[in-house]
Amino acid sequence: MRNLKWTPWVIVRETLFYAMLVFVAAVMALPFYWMVVTSLKPDADIFSDPIRWWPQRVTFEHYVQAFTVVPFARYFWNSTVMALLGVVANLILGSLAGYAFARMRFRGREGLFRMKLASLLIPGVVTLIPTFIILRSFPLIGGNDVLGHGGHGLLNTYWAIVLPGAAGAFAVFFMRQFFRTLPDDLMDAARVDGASEWRTFWNIYLPLCGPALATLGIFTFQAGWNVFLWALIVFNDPKMSTVQMGLQSFSFNHQTDYGPLMAASVVVSLPVLIVFLFAQRYFTQSISFTGVKG
Amino acid sequence: MLHSSSAAPTRAAGPPARRSRLLRHEARMAYVFITPAMALFLVFTLLPAVIAFFLSFTDYDILTPIRWVGLANYQRLLTDELFRRGVLNVGFYALLYVPLMIALSLSLGLALNRRRPGMALFRTLFYLPAVTSSIAAATVWSWMFQKDYGVVNQALGTVGIAGPNWLASSDTAMYAIVIVTLWQGLGSNIIIYLAGLSGVPGYLYEAAALDGASPLQQFRYITLPALRTTTFFVVFMSLIGAFQLFDQAYVMTQGGPGYATTTAVYQIYSNGFTQLRMGYASAQAFVLAVAILCVSLLSMRLNRDSGLG
Repeated sequence: MRNLKWTPWVIVRETLFYAMLVFVAAVMALPFYWMVVTSLKPDADIFSDPIRWWPQRVTFEHYVQAFTVVPFARYFWNSTVMALLGVVANLILGSLAGYAFARMRFRGREGLFRMKLASLLIPGVVTLIPTFIILRSFPLIGGNDVLGHGGHGLLNTYWAIVLPGAAGAFAVFFMRQFFRTLPDDLMDAARVDGASEWRTFWNIYLPLCGPALATLGIFTFQAGWNVFLWALIVFNDPKMSTVQMGLQSFSFNHQTDYGPLMAASVVVSLPVLIVFLFAQRYFTQSISFTGVKG
Repeated sequence: MLHSSSAAPTRAAGPPARRSRLLRHEARMAYVFITPAMALFLVFTLLPAVIAFFLSFTDYDILTPIRWVGLANYQRLLTDELFRRGVLNVGFYALLYVPLMIALSLSLGLALNRRRPGMALFRTLFYLPAVTSSIAAATVWSWMFQKDYGVVNQALGTVGIAGPNWLASSDTAMYAIVIVTLWQGLGSNIIIYLAGLSGVPGYLYEAAALDGASPLQQFRYITLPALRTTTFFVVFMSLIGAFQLFDQAYVMTQGGPGYATTTAVYQIYSNGFTQLRMGYASAQAFVLAVAILCVSLLSMRLNRDSGLG
C-alpha cells in the first residue's frame, strides 16, 4: 500500500477491485435491507409494480400484527429460555468435563474423551427418531409409568430441546483445548495450599476462561436460537413453538402475509445479529481457530 | 484432525503413599466432573445410535408394538422412488453447491487478504448472513424470489432479463436453494480461507517475484498448494452439510414443486414423523449416515495420501 504508485493502470485495477467488493457486499446485505424495508411498508406499497426500493411511508403496524395475530411474544420467550438454558448447561458441563480431560489424571481418560469426541462424527439425522422415542418414554415423567409407557414423557417440554444438547461434544472439546493452554504451576500452588480439586477448578482455573466461555456461550446461544428440525419433531403443542417455527404461522393455505412475516423475521434475526456485532472478534477468531461454522 | 496427545500433565508430587492417595482422590473427582457429560453422551448419542440400528430392522409406528421385519426395510429402500429422488436431489445440489462454494469463498478470501483499507468492514458484511438463522434467511429469500413482486426478478428486469417463477418451477427451485445456502455459508468459509492464507509465509512470494513469476503463477504454484488443507476442510464440511439439507427445502418449497427439492433428510422426516414409519425412516437414516461416513473417511484418506494429514 505504501509503495503503490498511482499509474492509470493501478487506478483502474483498484477501482475494479473495490467495485467488485461493493457489489458482493450489496448482494450479501440485500436480504437484510429488503426484509427491513418490507416490514416497514404499508400493505399497499408491498405489492407495488414497479417495485419501491425505498419506503414512501413508514409504518410499524406489521410489527404490532406480528405480535398480535400470532402469539409471537410467547414464541420469543420459549426460544430465549431454551437458548439460555442451553448456554448455561454447556458452559458448566462443558468446562467441568473439559477440565477433567485436560488437567486431571484418571484411568480411561483418553478413551472416554475419544468416545465423546466421536459423537461429532455421527450425523444428527441418525439420532432423530431414537432420541424422540427416548424423550417420549422417559420413565415417571409427563404421565409415564416406570417403564415409560402411557404419557408423552419429555415431549413438549423445554427439556426436549435442552437435554440432548446440554453437554455437546464440541463444548467439551473446546474447553479441553483451552484448559490445556493454561500453566501447571497454578495447580501445584493450589495443592500446596491444600485446595480441593473442586476449589482448584472453580476458584483458580475457571476464572481464567473468560474469553473461551464467552466464545462458547455465543456459539451455543446461536445454535439454540436457530434450532428448527428438532423443535419441529418434539413440539406439537402450539404453546411450545419456537420463533423459527413461529415464522411458519404467517402462511395459511398458500397465502402469505408478507408484512408481518418480514417484521417477525427482523425480530427473529435481531438477537443473534446484536450479539454478533458486539462480539465479532470472538466469532471470527474462533471460526478460524476451530473451523466451526456458526 | 483432532490430536489428543496422551501426555498427562507432569506435576511434582509428594512421597509415594501420599501421592497414590492424592491420585486416587484426583481420579475420583475427575469421574465426578465428567459424569454429566458422559451420561448425556450415553443417553442421547450412544443409545440412540444403537436403537436406530435396531429399529431399521423393524416396523414401528409408536402406536402398535414393534415388529421385527429383518431386511425388509432395506429391500424396500432399493425400489423406493422417492428416497432415490431425495438422494439424487441432494447429489445434484452438492454438485452445484460445493464447487461454487470453493470458487467463491477462495476468491473472496484472496480479495480480503490484500492489504487495503476497509477490509475489516467487508469481512463483517460478508459474514453477516452466517449468523442469521437458516429459517429466517429462507423466509426472506422466498419473498425475494416471488415472481412478480420479488426483488430478484425486479433486479433482473432492470438488465432486461425476465426472471422465472423461481420456487414454483421444478427447473429453478433447486437453483434458488443453492443461491440461498451459498449466501449463508460463504461468510464462515471466507474466514477459514483467511486463516489459511495467514499461514502462507510472505517470503515465498517475494522469492517468486524475484524469479519473475507472474501473479497467476504465484497463485498456481504457491497459494493453491499452501491452501490444500484448508480447501480439503471446506470441501469436507460443505459436503457433509449438503447431505443433510433440510431447512431451506422445508421452508422455501416444502420439497416441491413435484419432488424437485425433496431431500434425503426431508424423506426421513416425513416418513418418520408425518407417516410414523419409524422403522423404515431409521433404515433410510442409516443408509444416509453410512454414506456420510464413507465420504468422511474417503476424504480423510485422500487428504492423508496427499501428504497433508
